[in-house]
Amino acid sequence: MAQAHVPMADKHRDRAPLFEGTAARFVGQKVLRKEDPRLVTGHGQYVDDIVLPGMVHAAFLRSNVAKGRITKLDTSPALALDGVIAVYTHADLRYVPGTIVATMMQAMGGAACPENLLATDDVRFVGDCIAVVVAESRYIAEDALELIDLVVVAETPVVNLEEALTDTHIVHKELGTNITGTIDIPRDPHIEGLLTESAHVVTATFNQARQTNSPMETRGIVASWDRFRGELQLHMSNQNPHEMRRRAADLLAVDESKVHVAQQDVGGGFGQKMFMPREEAVIVLLSREVGRPLKWIEDRRENLMASNHARRDRATVTFALDADKKIVAGYVDINEDAGAYPFGGAGAGAMAGMLLQGPYKLQRTAFKSYAVFTNTCGRAAYRGPWQFESVIREQMVEHVARRIGIDPVELRRRNVIQWEDLPWTTPMQVMVYDNMSPAETLDQAVEMIGYEAFRAEQKRAFEEEGRLLGIGFSLYIEPSAQNMGALATEGATVQISGTGKVDVFMGTGSHGQSIETTMAQIVAEELGVHVDDVEVHQGDSNTPFGGGTGGSRTASIVSGAGRAAAIQVRQKVFQIAAHLLEANPDDLEIDSSVISVKGTPAGKTVTLAQVSHTALYATEGLPPGMETGLEATARHRQEAVTWSNACHVCTVEINRNTGAVSFARYIVSEDCGLMINPMVVEGQVAGGVVQGIAGVLYEDFRYDADGNPLTTTFMDYLLPTAAEVPIIEHGHIETPSNTPGGYKGMGEGGAIGAPPCVFNAVADALWLLGVEVFDHPLGPNEILDALATAG
Amino acid sequence: MSEVTVHMSVNGTARRGRVEPRKTLADFLREDCVATSVHLACEHGVCGACTVIVDGVASRSCLMFAVQADGASITTAEGLANPDGSLGIVQDAFRQCHGLQCGFCTPGFVVSVTAFLQENADPSLEEIREGIAGNLCRCTGYQGIIKAVQHAAATMAGTPTAMTTSTEGN
Ligand code: FES
Ligand code: FES
Repeated sequence: MAQAHVPMADKHRDRAPLFEGTAARFVGQKVLRKEDPRLVTGHGQYVDDIVLPGMVHAAFLRSNVAKGRITKLDTSPALALDGVIAVYTHADLRYVPGTIVATMMQAMGGAACPENLLATDDVRFVGDCIAVVVAESRYIAEDALELIDLVVVAETPVVNLEEALTDTHIVHKELGTNITGTIDIPRDPHIEGLLTESAHVVTATFNQARQTNSPMETRGIVASWDRFRGELQLHMSNQNPHEMRRRAADLLAVDESKVHVAQQDVGGGFGQKMFMPREEAVIVLLSREVGRPLKWIEDRRENLMASNHARRDRATVTFALDADKKIVAGYVDINEDAGAYPFGGAGAGAMAGMLLQGPYKLQRTAFKSYAVFTNTCGRAAYRGPWQFESVIREQMVEHVARRIGIDPVELRRRNVIQWEDLPWTTPMQVMVYDNMSPAETLDQAVEMIGYEAFRAEQKRAFEEEGRLLGIGFSLYIEPSAQNMGALATEGATVQISGTGKVDVFMGTGSHGQSIETTMAQIVAEELGVHVDDVEVHQGDSNTPFGGGTGGSRTASIVSGAGRAAAIQVRQKVFQIAAHLLEANPDDLEIDSSVISVKGTPAGKTVTLAQVSHTALYATEGLPPGMETGLEATARHRQEAVTWSNACHVCTVEINRNTGAVSFARYIVSEDCGLMINPMVVEGQVAGGVVQGIAGVLYEDFRYDADGNPLTTTFMDYLLPTAAEVPIIEHGHIETPSNTPGGYKGMGEGGAIGAPPCVFNAVADALWLLGVEVFDHPLGPNEILDALATAG
Repeated sequence: MSEVTVHMSVNGTARRGRVEPRKTLADFLREDCVATSVHLACEHGVCGACTVIVDGVASRSCLMFAVQADGASITTAEGLANPDGSLGIVQDAFRQCHGLQCGFCTPGFVVSVTAFLQENADPSLEEIREGIAGNLCRCTGYQGIIKAVQHAAATMAGTPTAMTTSTEGN
């Protein structure tokens, strides 16, 4: 398989280089994962594997109407069932509604949705939680749900964006409007002029389909309240242990130090488990009422219809181009469906608007964005929460190319930011691009796919055989590793035991990202020890505070903290070793835990174990006045986002009889800076790509006109299988970033680049017949409909 | 609800339990036999995370009742490691080829792939894709899993594919 690897100039040569004693022994290598032996043998420990003495089980009674008034709720028949311990409704919850920030729009002054953890007197989407049964087993709890006497009088729901915007029916009666947030960056006269008088002005409307994160492990929690200590122990499938601790403490009105959050393995999340949703909050509160460890494990139907949704967006976009086919101005109007109870990561339209220009030299942009409540499942973060900017822009670029008659690659080449243009300030003056390579990734992708040859084959296959082959590109940049608030900071503690082994404590919540391996690589490299001698402990709130695993932030930010702590410890190791060896610390080096004087291969040595033994067990041997122990905690603050970028290209064929799309090739040319572990990088890219493809071709969470969900099993909501996916080819361009290690974030990029890429390939194939499409999904039915319009 | 006694051999160990007739085999294995490799990701027979081998046949344990497996011999992912605890061929192939990220789907895949390779020791790429299409993975995009099946097949045939690993560093 073609693999290209292009290093770019490092603009940050003043960055401290990796420790020379062991430079590049582990960092940059395909180091096999430390997580794997337990996971491949089935000995991972996920939340449902936690069994505590006296543990009881919860199940939620959920609404099966989208909007309605509760006129009867009698739980006594359920309570009478043998094995049922209690049944709770909203009136039983003791909490003060707090200040959770449900949407990014809310943070900018938009309306907050009411913090009803259970339904009060009405229900607001199918899946809304009404009551909770606690029983000796999950089987009994589910039996009891059937016995609850519930009457709901249905009302007219708000099911889609168009209805929501009219405010004819209101989702949250407390608010009086369905608009949760608006951002309006109006067109100034200059933009207005460009958008009306330029040589080419093109407008189109695109829709994106509703998708849900669908981690293979659903949500789950075991909450255990110790009433004698006044402490809460939480085992939870989550991405962000420190956030969960804070939220649980706020809910219970106890000190954070009274809450401990721990998890070992987490079966995926993709944003769903970054913040604490309503169900987990209810379990936290009820654990105090029940007085026994309380477990709730979500089932798949609940996860599909009631965890979180994403991606339901619509945009109308206008591009203006001059006679040279340079894009000179852009305007977009974005509408986002936030559902009924959104949480963290919804309201991303503002970011989508601000990033509209993407990798192009587009000097003037403006946008308007609305997020609206509907009587559907709430929106939350999903891998690349504002990827709609790339969907809008990259689909628009190819639409414009078709309209004005220019090759889409040529159109991109005329407009893409070049290396010599950097640093580049974006039109709204709020972001500065640097250390990225959009033009280079475009070139690499074009070369790897063999663009000219494909176009020739496409023409031949259509003219001679009537076959519909298509090619699509997408080119994007991504602000990864955010530099805002709690997301900008991470800490790490590195400590060496008396036997010379290394423990690292980090505040991350790995849920598949290989953090135990990649962060061990970083620390091993800096300490001069073998990666097998480093254990990374994370997924626990007894670690330095961190902003959680999400937002493509671990490689840049967490590694910065780990590296800084390791360097501090190494310096102390050298001071002690110098004392033991009667040498100067500056003359020492360490390799594979053996410390020696540089350039004296046969000279005296001391091992790390001897040094750490001295530091902890034979402390009288330390240099006079030196503190005992070998440990350090360091923090890293991210001063600027890193700009990751990539170009995706794929080739497809449409089956004219079935409407099915099959892939020929799929290529990603990615620049995530220096790579800590290329195997992990390619794995993250591939996982994101397949989720992105699926959002266009297969997955489509649908509601009927009454707000009933139609896709609540994996038989209806179609995750892709190995039979459909393309074999992904990777190209790497490495432009070091300005972070300590030169890394950039890359966990989300695959899911950002893939949707417009596959959409464009299908659209390109349909264009052979003169047919255009604008909306996701593009399942067989939609494609057959499009083919039918070709006559 | 009345309970019945079931017996089965799980990874070579005799197990006996009293279960309600409605208890699934998956729940019995997880709760009564400490076989927590059996994961439940859909409970409606689509995802394959709960796959175990029942008397030689790969089966979805969420779709079977424990009483239906009375007297059966069951193998789960735990039982596919070597007796000394080292990784079995399929397990090691998943590690070598980065066939897992979060690992939740992995035990089901390891069991399904083991059964698949017993039926077809030398599968083509297309046969592999079809052969594992009954198991869902949300993390990997199946890239590493497909490679792992190829690698495991080659290892079983005595012609391991070249995997450039550098666990030991340079
Ligand atoms: S849990 Fe049995 S097939 Fe999904
Ligand atoms: S590795 Fe996470 S679902 Fe497969």
